[in-house]
Amino acid sequence: MNDSASQAMHGVPLNYYIWLSSALFVIGVLGVLYRRNAIVIFMCIELMLNAVNLLLVAFSSFHNDGGGQVFVFLIMAVAAAEVAVGLAILIVIYHNTRSTDINVLNKLKW
Amino acid sequence: MTLYVFYFLSFLAVLSALMVVFSRNPIYSVLYLVITFFCVGGHYLILSAEFLFAVHIIVYAGAIMVLFLYVIMLLNLNQATEPLKTHFYRFSALISAGLLMLVIVAALRGAESAEIVFGASAEIGLVKNLGKMLFNEFLLPFEIVSILLLAAMVGAVMLGKTHMKNSSVTSEKTNGLSADPAAMNIKNAKQFTNE
Repeated sequence: MNDSASQAMHGVPLNYYIWLSSALFVIGVLGVLYRRNAIVIFMCIELMLNAVNLLLVAFSSFHNDGGGQVFVFLIMAVAAAEVAVGLAILIVIYHNTRSTDINVLNKLKW
Repeated sequence: MTLYVFYFLSFLAVLSALMVVFSRNPIYSVLYLVITFFCVGGHYLILSAEFLFAVHIIVYAGAIMVLFLYVIMLLNLNQATEPLKTHFYRFSALISAGLLMLVIVAALRGAESAEIVFGASAEIGLVKNLGKMLFNEFLLPFEIVSILLLAAMVGAVMLGKTHMKNSSVTSEKTNGLSADPAAMNIKNAKQFTNE
């Protein structure tokens, strides 16, 4: 498994997928903390969900078990429902406050 | 060979994910996010999860991103007028994200050093096997997901309807006779649905 031929055939260590997923997840967290536009914050949440999905598929392929891929399928359905309701809420918020800036919505902040 | 494809897709995914965060225009953020989703889909193909690749492209790049673009166009946000946070908040966001990355890397360093063997798991990603698994072991979550999607659809429609009611009432109050055509349309639609 260590020689270059099998390396070229088989491929990618599982570590690399862990690093890639954690990098994507941290970029999503950074976007949530960094931006003020609520739509971009939603997109960064989608990015975090995708990072977790990618890691689930990698581990499912590694352990040769299809349960992880079924979980990813269910997570995609939950993400679609979340986006539908969230964007509807955002449209209502925009029509009440005329902006999607999250600093306008500070009534629940102590 | 697959390692180079992995490097290319990962580089593109991380770069476009960073561009999602740092580009000022929300339209550009959505387009960079589409690139990130396609790169993640390519990773699914490398991992031989073909069914998930198809579902990912259809659901994320097809449905969710179109929904985002539609909302941005509807709210007329396609210019970079968003004010940034203050320097202190942006700097502390960068610092805390870096600390989180440091914690994750320190926790997972050397956790699993085994390689994924391709070809050995090529059968589980196919539609046939995933379908069998989905309708045998995971039948209850599958049905609950259908209820969840129904609830989300009803919720989105209800939110849209209350907003239409409020805006037509306020436009009647403020504009009176000289109502703009959009409000008139909403009012007509409301009367139509009430009858």
